[in-house]
Amino acid sequence: MDLRLRPEHVALRDQIRAFLAEHGHLSAPTVPGRRPGPALLAWQRLLLEHGYAGRTVPRQFGGYGAEPDVLEQHLIVEEFTRAGVALGIGNQGISMLVPTLLELGTEAQKREYIAPTLRGELVWCQGYSEPGAGSDLASLQTRGVEDGDDFVVNGQKIWTSTAHEADMIFCLVRTEPHAAKHAGISYLLFSMRSPGISIRPLRTMTGRAEFNEVFFTDVRVPRHQILGARGEGWKVANETLKHERAYLANPGLLVQRYAEVERVLREESVDGRRAADDPALRERLMDLQGRVLAQQCHGMRLLTLAERRQDPGLAGLITKLQGCEIRYQLSTLAIDALGELGLLAHATPHARSDGIWQDRNGFDLGLIIGGGTAQIQKNIIAERGLEMPREPKVAA
Amino acid sequence: MEFALSENQRLMQDSLRGALARACPLERVRAAADAELAWDAPAWSAVRELGVPALLVSEAHGGLGLSLLDAALAAEELGRRAAPVPFLATSVLAPLALRDAGSESQQVQWLPRLASGDAVVGLALTEALSGARDGAGVRAVGRRLHGSALFVVDGAEADAWLVAATDSSLHCVRRGAPGVQVAALRADPTRPTVELRFDGAEAEPLPGTGRPLLERLRDAASIILAADALGAGWTMIEQSVRYAKDRRQFGRPIGSFQAVKHMCAEMAAELEIRRALVWYAAHLFDENSGQASLYAAHAKAQLGDAGHFVARTAIEVHGGMGITDELGLHFWFKRIALDRLLYGGPDRARRLAAELQSLA
Repeated sequence: MDLRLRPEHVALRDQIRAFLAEHGHLSAPTVPGRRPGPALLAWQRLLLEHGYAGRTVPRQFGGYGAEPDVLEQHLIVEEFTRAGVALGIGNQGISMLVPTLLELGTEAQKREYIAPTLRGELVWCQGYSEPGAGSDLASLQTRGVEDGDDFVVNGQKIWTSTAHEADMIFCLVRTEPHAAKHAGISYLLFSMRSPGISIRPLRTMTGRAEFNEVFFTDVRVPRHQILGARGEGWKVANETLKHERAYLANPGLLVQRYAEVERVLREESVDGRRAADDPALRERLMDLQGRVLAQQCHGMRLLTLAERRQDPGLAGLITKLQGCEIRYQLSTLAIDALGELGLLAHATPHARSDGIWQDRNGFDLGLIIGGGTAQIQKNIIAERGLEMPREPKVAA
Repeated sequence: MEFALSENQRLMQDSLRGALARACPLERVRAAADAELAWDAPAWSAVRELGVPALLVSEAHGGLGLSLLDAALAAEELGRRAAPVPFLATSVLAPLALRDAGSESQQVQWLPRLASGDAVVGLALTEALSGARDGAGVRAVGRRLHGSALFVVDGAEADAWLVAATDSSLHCVRRGAPGVQVAALRADPTRPTVELRFDGAEAEPLPGTGRPLLERLRDAASIILAADALGAGWTMIEQSVRYAKDRRQFGRPIGSFQAVKHMCAEMAAELEIRRALVWYAAHLFDENSGQASLYAAHAKAQLGDAGHFVARTAIEVHGGMGITDELGLHFWFKRIALDRLLYGGPDRARRLAAELQSLA
């Protein structure tokens, strides 16, 4: 256990701090579900220039071109978070598609898509889940039929955040109807302005439409706009899902959220008594702090394993399950400390922080479900981590 | 930055694991527990040979001069076997107390013998750390002790005991001193504790004692007990998985039913996510960090809860067999129970965490 930074990392950290001191005021946050505006585009350009966004993406594709260094990435996130400065654009194109393109795309695809995606000018949405294909994603039914130089796509996707603002979609389509379930899928890339696409907002319990349904009626997709070979879409999708899981399980956010919840307990009072002085609430707060700190330490353990390119085994399979549960319980505690007031949404009289905790709580529950439900996570932990028998196949 | 065990630590832990697997099979645990022995002689002999009692004694006094993290790794392996041997007091807290607060002559007298395992020393800290029950508590009047101490760790067959008095002083009482009565007070059959009653017993104070030393011992104990629970918990999980793969009902292994798989997955997730916290808490203790007490308290609370969850769930996976004496799972169940409650359970540890941050 040697937690001292190497000299080059100390130097980087100092460099980041200097950058933040000088330029931090120019930062603009990513608004979920919205295209980056001019301020955010400018911020992203600045970050790309300094290597705080797109750090390991090769220069010829618009990135900074640094060698992958898990610790450098961690330092950047840590310092920006500590300074309360927004990191670069956080969207699916950048965090999920770009790494997939780098690994599995053709040179032409890399040249065409990566740089504008990194700059935030090209916005993507993800077409994976369908009403009939959630946990069992591979059973998806959206079809792509060959017709001349195109696939003609028919079907429907769901849970597509940002669809209404997106320029392009990376979409799983069944193009090989006679192949086995997992071998019949292709990973297509196409414009969201193609004729035949209609988008319907999907309102959730928060009252907002963070997601959409997307309908495809005879949408023509040029056959060459495919990532990987025909029928290899499942393999490509798993590559993307790997990056999605890392994206969702960020201990830095948990530490931030914990600090906010602690502040709620210190500041809120009922009958003139501070919520933090209620032993039952304080006990829950301390339990959550312990769990957040454990998650943070666990993140560092995984970081070192990643740096050494060692397989984390079981330790790598439990992060999403544990992290999302803690996140949900944090917003639950904040609401509980606020009592009935915690249930007020948006800017109602007496609402605290515009009802943000109620908002977050619904979304946090969604995170336990999305990106692989808790039950799917447990199946994976038992089967891959503990080598227990797989689910028996039911005869069709 | 390396958030990982060193190569040496990994090797040490692996070799301990193998050696203890041979030295402490279930039969040895059962033999010591059934005969109500203070420890199992062959197991203790093996542990001594492996150098475990020497971990925290300085090289100058015949020890290995290693860290609390190293001791935590050893604790995990002992917990894994529910090893019926002295450790927490004899090999961790007493060496720390003597090093930090003992006189030179006390150090010379005890440390080499602790390192070799020739001496077993118990520790009476319960009243100081988790509070006094049933009127227990020890008063020091001059060089004599009066009162009683419960749950004295490594107290049975000890050559001496280090006893905390109500004024936070620490005293050394030798076995055979007049005015000392020892009675069994056994919560965990694999680590028998005792009650000590003092009636004017002669004791030698350690010159450097006071509340700060007791808090340091509290932090060390918290981390060691958390590590023990980590090891004991993993044994229960591994047993559960093995049982679930073998046991057949309704025409298939019960481990192929999702409910059983999920019980095992939950145990594994709850326990393993907390491993890094134990390492980090030990690391902070070794670095004398200002955060050491906070992390030690959280490690104690978190592993107390996770251990408890694993213990009951593992028994459930085993169905009716889980509660039998024959299977022996109860040794690990009770071991984890003492890890959880000795020197304060999770609620007390969380209260301490709150106090340390001016939240209480």
